Amino acid sequence: MSEPIIQMKNIEKHFGSVIALAGVSVDVHAGECHCLLGDNGAGKSTFIKTMSGVHKPTAGEIYFEGQPMHFEDPRDAISAGIATVHQHLAMIPLMSVSRNFFMGNEPLKKIGPVNFFDHEKANQITMEEMRKMGINLRGPDQAVGTLSGGERQTVAIARAVHFGAKVLILDEPTSALGVRQTANVLATIDKVRKQGIAVVFITHNVRHAMAVGDQFTVLNRGKTLGTAVRGDISPEELQDMMAGGQELVQLEGSLGGTV
Amino acid sequence: MSDGNVTSGVDERIKEQSRLRTALIRPELGGICGTIIVFALFLLFAGDSGMFNSQGVLNWSTVSAQFMIIAVGACLLMIAGEFDLSVGSMIGFAGMMIAIFSVTLGWPVWQAIIVTFILSVAIGGLNGFIVVRTGLPSFIVTLAFLFILRGFTIFLPQLIERKTIIGGIRDAAEGDWLAVVFGGKVLTGLFSWLGEAGMIATFERGTKKGMPVVDGIPMLIVWAIVLVIFGHILLTRTQFGNWVFASGGDAESARNSGVPVNRVKILMFMFTAFCACVFATCQVMEFGSAGADRGLLKEFEAIIAVVIGGALLTGGYGSVIGAALGALIFGVVQQGLFFAGVESSLFRVFLGLILLAAVILNTYIRRMITGER
Repeated sequence: MSEPIIQMKNIEKHFGSVIALAGVSVDVHAGECHCLLGDNGAGKSTFIKTMSGVHKPTAGEIYFEGQPMHFEDPRDAISAGIATVHQHLAMIPLMSVSRNFFMGNEPLKKIGPVNFFDHEKANQITMEEMRKMGINLRGPDQAVGTLSGGERQTVAIARAVHFGAKVLILDEPTSALGVRQTANVLATIDKVRKQGIAVVFITHNVRHAMAVGDQFTVLNRGKTLGTAVRGDISPEELQDMMAGGQELVQLEGSLGGTV
Repeated sequence: MSDGNVTSGVDERIKEQSRLRTALIRPELGGICGTIIVFALFLLFAGDSGMFNSQGVLNWSTVSAQFMIIAVGACLLMIAGEFDLSVGSMIGFAGMMIAIFSVTLGWPVWQAIIVTFILSVAIGGLNGFIVVRTGLPSFIVTLAFLFILRGFTIFLPQLIERKTIIGGIRDAAEGDWLAVVFGGKVLTGLFSWLGEAGMIATFERGTKKGMPVVDGIPMLIVWAIVLVIFGHILLTRTQFGNWVFASGGDAESARNSGVPVNRVKILMFMFTAFCACVFATCQVMEFGSAGADRGLLKEFEAIIAVVIGGALLTGGYGSVIGAALGALIFGVVQQGLFFAGVESSLFRVFLGLILLAAVILNTYIRRMITGER
């Protein structure tokens, strides 16, 4: 197997007296989808926030392309090529798709001594990138508020890819979506992976993970239970690991195995 | 809307939108409608009262320009997601500081103006710093400064001069190079030519015989126009403008995208204070005095102008041109009622009504834009 693009070694993160992460190690490879599974409060969000430079780990090391990395803030991580599509999308409904697409990375055009926002270029790139992802916009000035949840996810993913992400972190992109929208987001993940980008896909839905995942890491109470490769593990095993074993077995009895 | 499986160029579920509708859906719509209605009404009912001769036009455009200056600052700040209720007090405070520096302390007026600007912008920055640092609503923080600044504005002149109005600024400002930038007039040559050509009214007797009644455009109006153009370009044509929208639309999302939200907000508080200080300086130069009650309620008038202009109180949406139109409506109505011979207290009734109408219209427009139901 190739050299991992990101290695997280024994990451620990404490918030005051709370231990959110107690030594988690994960390797992420380019062109693969690494699924990070775990129940609510397992530490998934904290873990990816250390990966994307939002939190500094209390202990442990991060290697990016073989080099030890110390991100001071998310901008460092973004410029290194680690892009995050948050649960909370980083999209502003009242703003147009193209303004959202370039938020924080506006293309500039120099007129005299002043830099202006190059709307023409922004609009053109936005339409093109959205067409590539299979979304036809009414126009680049369409407000993001008029898009569906799945489309917003796709805009966010297209944006990250356009800005040269080598690692794309998706924080529960499918959690609030309908069946068809979920399928479309999963298809987008597949497209991105095939471009040679490493995808870190956070979810608590085993079926979504199994659909696109190459590797699976389960987090439980701030610890990892190891990484499994596609084919080595069944959905049932994953489900059990996430819930921490027994409790779910009892539940499943009363629910008739529908969870 | 499609979820990605549409191959043809057109999605059958997107309704064709008429060009007219697209053109109408913009933040300024309320302001444009209001302006047309207001001008139509006053042309009809006060057209022959002198409201539209040179003096009349100067009268209401000066008042509108005053509103515009503070509305530009309030507009950008509101789009960035914050309020400043201390604008009115800042106007009083800045005016008083210029008076104290130049008259009481005897500084040259240019120095008094520059130091006052630095002081005001620093207080604006402090406002912003407290808001972003504590995460408190700017409503509360700036409400505190409304009282703090007004308190000082009343206390300081009483302590120093034993009165609440400090005059004598006009004498001090005589020949000062910076005072002219705020209190002077431009295009005086053009106006005297227009007067000679008989196109505008001239004095018929006295020492000024033959001179035009309106002898130039006050710098106040020039400042208003410059600030509106600056604000509009900043907001719509620059990277910073996109950050302003983003900060007000959703600060968390903006931060995640790498927008320096705190810096944007603090800068906008400083800009609002700057606008208030421009207002105060023009006013002090015009009246030749500073009073402890100057600028009372101006913060609300600025906010109303901005809201009439289509900005959302919750931030992230609005237009400087809209705010300028809001200010124009404001000025025209306030002065127009006087020309039309209507009891001036009815101005407040009108103000309330137009505010309500504007907010309802704007909510409707926003729903059309975002497709909310």
